[in-house]
Amino acid sequence: MDTVLFANQLLNGIQLGLILFLLAAGLSLVFGIMDFINLAHGVFYMIGAYVCASIAIASGSFVLGIVIALPVTLAFGLAAEWLIVRHFYKRDHLDQVLATFGMVLCADTAVKYFWGPQGLSVPLPAWLSGQISLAGVTLPGYRLFITVVAAAVAIALWQVIARTRVGMMVRASASNEEMARALGIETRMVFALVFAIGAVLAAIAGIMVAPITGASIGMGNQVVILALVVIIIGGIGSIFGAFVAAIGVGLIDTLGRAYLPTILGAVFSPSVASSAGPSLASILIYVTMTLVLIFRPSGLFPPANR
Amino acid sequence: MPNTIPARARPAMLTSRAVQARAADRDLVAAFVLLALLAATPLVLSAFGQEFWTDVVLRAMILAIAAASLNFLIGLGGLVSLGHAAFLGIGGYATGILADFDIDNGFIQLAAVLGASALFALVTGMVALRTKGVHFIMITLAFAQMVYFTMIGLRQFGGDDGLTINYTSMFGGFDLGRKDTLYYVVLAVLAVVMLGYARLRKSDFGLLLKAAKGNERRVSAVGFDPYRYRLAAYVVAGMTCALAGFLDANFTSFVTPGSMSWITSAELIFIVIVGGVATICGPIVGALVFLLIEEIMGGVTVYWHFWFGLFLIAIVLFARNGLVGLLTGGRR
Repeated sequence: MDTVLFANQLLNGIQLGLILFLLAAGLSLVFGIMDFINLAHGVFYMIGAYVCASIAIASGSFVLGIVIALPVTLAFGLAAEWLIVRHFYKRDHLDQVLATFGMVLCADTAVKYFWGPQGLSVPLPAWLSGQISLAGVTLPGYRLFITVVAAAVAIALWQVIARTRVGMMVRASASNEEMARALGIETRMVFALVFAIGAVLAAIAGIMVAPITGASIGMGNQVVILALVVIIIGGIGSIFGAFVAAIGVGLIDTLGRAYLPTILGAVFSPSVASSAGPSLASILIYVTMTLVLIFRPSGLFPPANR
Repeated sequence: MPNTIPARARPAMLTSRAVQARAADRDLVAAFVLLALLAATPLVLSAFGQEFWTDVVLRAMILAIAAASLNFLIGLGGLVSLGHAAFLGIGGYATGILADFDIDNGFIQLAAVLGASALFALVTGMVALRTKGVHFIMITLAFAQMVYFTMIGLRQFGGDDGLTINYTSMFGGFDLGRKDTLYYVVLAVLAVVMLGYARLRKSDFGLLLKAAKGNERRVSAVGFDPYRYRLAAYVVAGMTCALAGFLDANFTSFVTPGSMSWITSAELIFIVIVGGVATICGPIVGALVFLLIEEIMGGVTVYWHFWFGLFLIAIVLFARNGLVGLLTGGRR
């Protein structure tokens, strides 16, 4: 097996996993704490990518794009929570699925109205587009950059939730909302905060992905489903579970796409193998989730006290 | 989990049995009126030279059959599936793949459609029905995604681009694909599905499903196994939805993996909820509203999805019993 290729695929898998983790972390917190299924989570992924892309194109600075896109998505997150989402916390999941589906339709169309149907491609600054050699293996610099940023965000998030006062309030609201409120925690604020932070994490993921795949309408719709799969596998409400599951799903998807066509090619004709391989990789992810649900119905790492 | 008291339970408890019974009667009467109106629709529309709208209504009726099968699951069983569109695709592809092998015998196609969907529903239902709530939503979605990606991967049947169906189904000398008769075939199937639902919800089977939705433990204590009834319901609903896929394949002569994507499943849920969950008329009302919004708003602005999304949020926020619920005064 080609080690350089394998190292690259491994990095791609971890990078996809980290992107999924950024999405799944917010989704899992919102789900675990507010008991709210948010199909519209991918919307913030898309908004982040679009805002960053247009600023980067207009100003020529990718970093300026990031700096402006994050507060913008934070504002969008707070507005969405205040206007729509908070009315659905106590509703059943069916209503939540429908209302957030409505939000997806609105957001996709609004993006089409303001940016046109084509989508944007994001220029990379020169210092990010080179190659970097590590231990004799050449890796694309930008993918390494994504991996480092996403890992840093993941560690920061974990530290905030595990170590800080705000994190303690979030954990308290998650394990017993009524008790938390009785102890004087303004759970309504905590909910709004958690939702908005989740939106920003999704935006970071979208911004990171945009230079590779471009920003396009509906870019969040498939990935939000993958993120949902991740939190089901990891255990709803568990950040650690989301992390492990995200990396696992990222690796299955990337390595599956890379190597399944070759493996299938040993049995089937090349044309069948090349078209069935990527599909099989996608199917494997759902098979994994189904197996987890059969043998560990509450996920691999269900949070305590629930 | 916190917040275990369902908000839905409150209005239902306040509603007297008489109000509910009256709403159910109005719903049944409305069903007959609607079916009569639908029977007259092609005559009226062709008199005004509006054949295009006949096709829209025909599409709505096919969607209504699919939605009615989902309504059976959600309304009676409380089983929210986010993967119901898989059955539409199974029906369509079973028809299309047979036609691809030059088999246009409608009886064989129909048997394949019903057999494949029943098998798929049985196998996936046996796994999915062991789970509850969100996990059920996600696992049904997962099974649908598996079929979706399988059909994308099978390039000999069109892959991503979809499969064009060259032969419509022949039942002896009768061609199901004929435009003038297809409308009435679909209407007949819709009538059977709607009135079948009206009977089922009063039958022991329906009552048991409803009881298990309300309180599973009590149903088990009385000596019934809810799982077996739910599985039966899941299989029936899957086969009915596949039948809609079969009709759709004959109507459009085309089937794509997109018909099984989770967006289509969400649209089916939308139709059920907007029309009014657990009502006889809900699915057809929802489907007509859905397609009329698409056609009318789509003609006014290319950005109609925005208003559609807002409408959806508003319906879920304010009209909790759907449009039929607003009109008949019933409650879920």
